[in-house]
Amino acid sequence: MKHSKLALLACAALALAAPAAAQVKLNGAGATFPNIIYQDWMLSYNKAHPDVQLNYQSIGSGGGIRQFSDGTVDFGATDAPMKDSAISAINGNVLHIPTVLGGDVPTYNLPDVKETLRFTPDVLADIFLGKITKWSDARLTAVNPGVKLPDQDVVVVHRSDGSGTSFIWTDYLSKVSPEWEQKVGRGTAVNWPVGLGGKGNEGVTATVKQTPGAIGYVELGYAMINKLPAGSVRNKAGKFIAPTLESITAAAAGAMSAIGPGTDFRVSITNPDGDKAYPIASFTWLLLHKQYDDAAKAGALVKFVWWAETGGQSRAEPLGYAPLPQQLRHWIEARLKTITAGGKSVWTTAAR
Amino acid sequence: MRLRGGFFLSMPGCYRSVTDVAYVSRGMTTLPIDPLATPGAVDAPAPRPRWRTLRGANVGDRLYRGALTALAVVLPLLLLTLLAELVVSAWPAIKQFGLPFVWSSVWDPVAGVFGAAPMIFGTLASSLLALCIAVPLALGVAIYISEFAPKWIRQPIAFLVELLAAIPSVVYGLWGVFVLIPFLRTWVVPPLRATLGWTPLFSGVFYGSSLLAGAIILAIMIVPYIAAVAREVLLAVPASQREAALGMGATRWEAVWTAVVPYGRAGLIGAVILGLGRALGETMAVTMVIGNRHDIGLSVLQPAYTMAAALANEFSEATTDIYLSALFEVGLILFVVTVVVNALARVLIWQVARGTAVGSRAL
Repeated sequence: MKHSKLALLACAALALAAPAAAQVKLNGAGATFPNIIYQDWMLSYNKAHPDVQLNYQSIGSGGGIRQFSDGTVDFGATDAPMKDSAISAINGNVLHIPTVLGGDVPTYNLPDVKETLRFTPDVLADIFLGKITKWSDARLTAVNPGVKLPDQDVVVVHRSDGSGTSFIWTDYLSKVSPEWEQKVGRGTAVNWPVGLGGKGNEGVTATVKQTPGAIGYVELGYAMINKLPAGSVRNKAGKFIAPTLESITAAAAGAMSAIGPGTDFRVSITNPDGDKAYPIASFTWLLLHKQYDDAAKAGALVKFVWWAETGGQSRAEPLGYAPLPQQLRHWIEARLKTITAGGKSVWTTAAR
Repeated sequence: MRLRGGFFLSMPGCYRSVTDVAYVSRGMTTLPIDPLATPGAVDAPAPRPRWRTLRGANVGDRLYRGALTALAVVLPLLLLTLLAELVVSAWPAIKQFGLPFVWSSVWDPVAGVFGAAPMIFGTLASSLLALCIAVPLALGVAIYISEFAPKWIRQPIAFLVELLAAIPSVVYGLWGVFVLIPFLRTWVVPPLRATLGWTPLFSGVFYGSSLLAGAIILAIMIVPYIAAVAREVLLAVPASQREAALGMGATRWEAVWTAVVPYGRAGLIGAVILGLGRALGETMAVTMVIGNRHDIGLSVLQPAYTMAAALANEFSEATTDIYLSALFEVGLILFVVTVVVNALARVLIWQVARGTAVGSRAL
């Protein structure tokens, strides 16, 4: 009995040792927005832990959810949380773990306007509903005192490809405008009432830049790197807040009071409480299974994710992402602890 | 018959000069010059080639034959698999939306309601508009190179035109966004609206990204394809045609227009269809300049959408099953449209070829 067990162990050890010192390979796929920081995380993590090989394909949130649900990848990533129907289709075997924050920025092309424009939620909604058609509209001039707005047509530019950026934008508009929620709704792609479509942040930016009087929305990190004009937006507390990484982290912190530790993190944090919160922000999530078959894989994965949530957060800002608020860590830790493989928690082996 | 031989002999050179795989594969389906063979075959049935009567004579031959047959079967098989996959994946959408999918113009991923009419319209409109611009240009280039240009300038021009075909489509798209659209906005659209603004074709606000911009980009992209094939066709027209026309007292222009071009008619139409096939499937450059709007408008200044562009845009983030299925159905429709266009082209060429057959036999 003892003998055979030993032999089995030896065999297992051999089998594991044979391909380049017990390598664990983890494959993931999904959202394009967090791709830069995920690649960075995986590269740095692999340097510190050569035994773990991570691979992430940024094929889009939809593809990520599909591959994750089919079990072709070990983890997924998405900018828009999975729908209840999609979750029940895989028997609820999924955890949404937020990693970093992103925000949307209204950007515009008004060469003669030097001041930063200010937008109220209802103005943004009505521009994108096609109800405000001139830059000189009374409601725009009212919130921008001292700014000489031209008597020019407003040209709306939105994303033509499905994207998390659109999800955040339409989620926000749905919250602040009942008409938007009823007519258009929220999604990675929607039936836009007006406007031109541009492919990707770069497509929207190019169209805005080439179209006088255009207004579009892009990812905050993208707007920062390309130094695009970005409007301030009035938040729930009534303050006009410029989009910055800090004001987006503040948005998540502001939303925490509403979500509580028991949440499954699939929460929208647009239009949150908080004086300093920029209202058009969202988590981006990793999709992990609640139960894995392979304990080695699950352990390595949880360990990597926990590192990303702690040590990895400092890499966010230089790359144009907003880090998660500190307070969220405990809730994420508690959630990661529930992940099991073969009925046992993998946390103990993971957190060393 | 002479045209056919000459044309085919010249084709390999043509493939080599235009470096695009898609071109070659489309070329195979859209250059059906063989109908010209039919009248000849009726005249005098060709004697059976000797190698065919020797079939099965030895094992090597049989193996060779089998291998070639297998290779020949692969391509149609691939096509059928593609079609089957499209139909299977599109089935939920076909079942849910039925035929109205083709003429409904609502595209609402949130509500899960889909209709492809704007994209079908945009695909056909942009491609046909592109043909209207590209065909005169390409035929002009081809006629100039093959008939009028001094010898030393022919090769450089032909080379430069074919170079256009090697430019990646995303580069055309960028050029469209940063050069063509501003140019249209400043120089083309204002006079156009001033003179023709009263017609529905040029009404509405011009944002830049528009059906017109998409069609112009497409036209520039397909000119080299049409010009290259048309040039080969014209070069294949026997010199005796020109000499005879000139001998009758025709001017050079008349010789080209009355003798050379009609002689190569079938091949020239083939060239145009090749360009059309390319225009129907073009994705990247079009999506960058057409405005990507699910809308049907008569005005060429309005934004539009094409099927290929929609697929490229929306496929990766199609989160719900019915959304994905609807996109597959769009792909299926694009497939069908392409097949129908090619079939029509075959019929057209067949008609034209039959028309000229009498004349060419008399020659």
